[in-house]
Amino acid sequence: MSALLEMRSITKTFPGVKALDEVSLTVREGEIHALVGENGAGKSTLMKVLSGVYPAGSYEGEIHYSGGLAEFRNIADSEKRGIIIIHQELALVPLLSIAENLFLGNEQASRGVINWHGTFRRTEELLHKVGLREAPTTLVGKLGVGKQQLVEIAKALSKEVRLLILDEPTAALSESDSQALLDLLLELKAQGVTSIIISHKLNEVRRVADSVTVIRDGATVSSMDARTQEITEDAIVRDMVGRDMAHRYPARRRVAKDVLFEVQNWNVWHPEQSDRQVIKSANLKVCAGEVVGIAGLMGSGRTELAMSIFGRSYGQNISGSARIKGQEVDVSRVDRAIDAGLAYVTEDRKSLGLILEEPISRNVSLAHLQGVSQNGILNDNLETEVAERYRKAMNIRTPSVFQKVMNLSGGNQQKVVLSKWLFAEPGVLILDEPTRGIDVGAKFEIYGIINELSAMGKGVLMISSEMPELLGMCDRIYVMNEGALVGELTAEEASQERIMSLIVTE
Amino acid sequence: MTLAQATTTEAEPMRIGEYLLGHLRTYGLLFALIAIMIFFQISTSGTLLRPVNITNLLLQNSYIIIMALGMLIVIVSGNIDLSVGSVMGFVGALAAVMIVQLDVPYLLAIVICLVVGGLIGAAQGYWVAYWKIPSFIVTLAGMLVFRGLSLLLLEGQSVGPFPREFQALANGFVADVFPAGIGQTFAAMFGARQVNVLALGVGIIAAVAIVWSGLRARARNRAYGVVDEPRAFFIARNVIVVGAIVFIMFKLSTFRGLPNVLITMGVLTMIYAFLTERTVLGRRVYALGGNQKAAKLSGIKTERLTFLAFVNMGVLAAAAGLVFAARLNTATPKAGFALELDVIAAVFIGGASMSGGVGTIVGAVVGAFLMGVLNNGMSIMGIGIDYQQMIKGLVLLAAVIFDVYNKSKQG
Repeated sequence: MSALLEMRSITKTFPGVKALDEVSLTVREGEIHALVGENGAGKSTLMKVLSGVYPAGSYEGEIHYSGGLAEFRNIADSEKRGIIIIHQELALVPLLSIAENLFLGNEQASRGVINWHGTFRRTEELLHKVGLREAPTTLVGKLGVGKQQLVEIAKALSKEVRLLILDEPTAALSESDSQALLDLLLELKAQGVTSIIISHKLNEVRRVADSVTVIRDGATVSSMDARTQEITEDAIVRDMVGRDMAHRYPARRRVAKDVLFEVQNWNVWHPEQSDRQVIKSANLKVCAGEVVGIAGLMGSGRTELAMSIFGRSYGQNISGSARIKGQEVDVSRVDRAIDAGLAYVTEDRKSLGLILEEPISRNVSLAHLQGVSQNGILNDNLETEVAERYRKAMNIRTPSVFQKVMNLSGGNQQKVVLSKWLFAEPGVLILDEPTRGIDVGAKFEIYGIINELSAMGKGVLMISSEMPELLGMCDRIYVMNEGALVGELTAEEASQERIMSLIVTE
Repeated sequence: MTLAQATTTEAEPMRIGEYLLGHLRTYGLLFALIAIMIFFQISTSGTLLRPVNITNLLLQNSYIIIMALGMLIVIVSGNIDLSVGSVMGFVGALAAVMIVQLDVPYLLAIVICLVVGGLIGAAQGYWVAYWKIPSFIVTLAGMLVFRGLSLLLLEGQSVGPFPREFQALANGFVADVFPAGIGQTFAAMFGARQVNVLALGVGIIAAVAIVWSGLRARARNRAYGVVDEPRAFFIARNVIVVGAIVFIMFKLSTFRGLPNVLITMGVLTMIYAFLTERTVLGRRVYALGGNQKAAKLSGIKTERLTFLAFVNMGVLAAAAGLVFAARLNTATPKAGFALELDVIAAVFIGGASMSGGVGTIVGAVVGAFLMGVLNNGMSIMGIGIDYQQMIKGLVLLAAVIFDVYNKSKQG
């Protein structure tokens, strides 16, 4: 097979930073090529160079595409040649229908008048191709993230795609949606579509990729071909972080203690559809020093359970009791839940966890302002000191605690959210997808922090869509499906297969 | 020179550039105000800074500044209040009806008016905070309702005049407490007709207080290793501010002394600056405007806070209404018409962000003064109301464009 794309010695510098240093990438016709690397390694920059976001001339090196030198001046240029990127943050308009979204900017019209008949017909064809069974008139906002992802791919297909680039396509997807998406990629491959997939999930990479390129600190570290050699996850991780990580999860010493936190007979109804029960009489407990996982598919109600416990931040008609150290506590409002000793670290740090425009120091103190004030008057110096303390303890990489949070990388932002909740001195922490979208190195640090918390005798309830993470970190795992806790496994009993089978059989 | 000193002096020039870039907005606003004042001082051949005109300038803009304090908080919390002009007019009308027609003692009437203002704010804030109805809609409705109510109350007529004590709210001056002899000595010294020692003294005390608190904050920042303002900037800024305050107070002292309104304005500005910058309550308002969901999930009672922001706005609009009525010595159905736009413009010129979470009290006050000087200067120059409107509009647009540009630069 010949090379469809060859990027040769690409160097891209920003003022003061060399983002890419002589990076090379070769993608052959008809293959699925995985591009992996830690956050900030330069993957996105490379893709922006490829798609013309950074126009020809603003970087050094050459791009050869489909047998000739390519010099894209903008995205429209590269799209014309069949290169289409699907970004992590989907570019769909939620209040428009699937059909309208598919042909946005490419409307099926004559003289400005849209041909709805043709639009719907083509939409149905495309939806059939990607295996999405929805009416073309369905509003995109009504679809789950997994289905929205499929709409994005259908949109790409409507544009005669030759090279499809997916940036973290499964980051927000459940296990089954991810599987479906990967199957679709394989199917597209069979139809001759070449794709580049950027991913942190190495098991997925191993499953679909024909070749893998690892980028670290703006340079190509290695290129592996699955057809000629066995690619192991360990080998990829080693290349990504530049060191051998024998253990992807830090060793933890288990300390079984008394029951710290208990939720009994917890029922929650949907906030808008009052006849729909989202959580069905859930019972769970967390001991002091214990890390307890909640496994389940996307939409199984894990986040809803956590948020409804934390100050009724989700749902209506909530019933059930919450106890800390045997005492019933009032968690009916967020401030009361915090006073009771709960903390909830959200899965969506940008929109629910942080005030992006404000500096680190102000974000850290937000949930516990009484800790940096007297009689309602703030003590700025104390606030700075506190933030400084957490910056050191959590290893938040930043020039100063006065840096706006929006300028930090995902991993460092997550550490700020964690700092905020640790400063509130909770007894029980509910961590919702604590490592989503952050790189391997930062993940390892977060795991270390979780272990420290448990060593301090705090109870940790951890929700995660990555099963290996739950298996590597938790002492006990609850399995959730369709709003109910359908099983409970100890660390010894638990395995990916057993968790999946509990979900499937119940 | 030790090595440490050598390195600091070396590092200084680069830091100044960086610092200026980061704080372009703050200095830009101050310099724009100064530039505009110099321009009008020249183009009106000295009329702008004559004592009588400075006094007028303060009186004319007092009600805008009082409302800008409340509007800043409303806008920082992520909302807007379009009703303040109408509420102000309505409260002025209410005061007139009570004091002039019903002979209610003026002090009682003032208290009732402030309470009514709070209730109006509560009535609007309730829908915004607890029913999540966009503030634009609620207060647009309020704007029409209270405009109508003041027409109803006044039966389309102007009601006045007010008793002298009530007028003093806006037009009164604080009497000099020092013996006349001292004032005459100063007057002779500076070659002025008269000098109100109290006004001059307050000016000097205010200037000293500003420098002292600035120095203290600076020392504290140093101690904590916080990157602060380069020394040259600190000195330049303080010289300008102190110079301006002492100059203006001196000018005032040669006319009729300290206007009551200036005291009200000054005290309110200090209270609200403290409230927004130094208290937990203020911090929560910024958090609310910065990211309402994150604030709520951090245990902040976002609904109550929004509600309180509107109650506060209502009280301040009522206070402004009283000052306005007292200044005109009559309540008219058109009082406060379209004033909400001037107030909102002042807050945005002062650097607040439409999306909430950003803005300062001092910025809003400077913004209001900037608009006030523009109005006053152009009127003295005899520029028609047509051009005045256009120029004010363009200034607002320029300020916000500057903000957006500045933000994209910092990226």
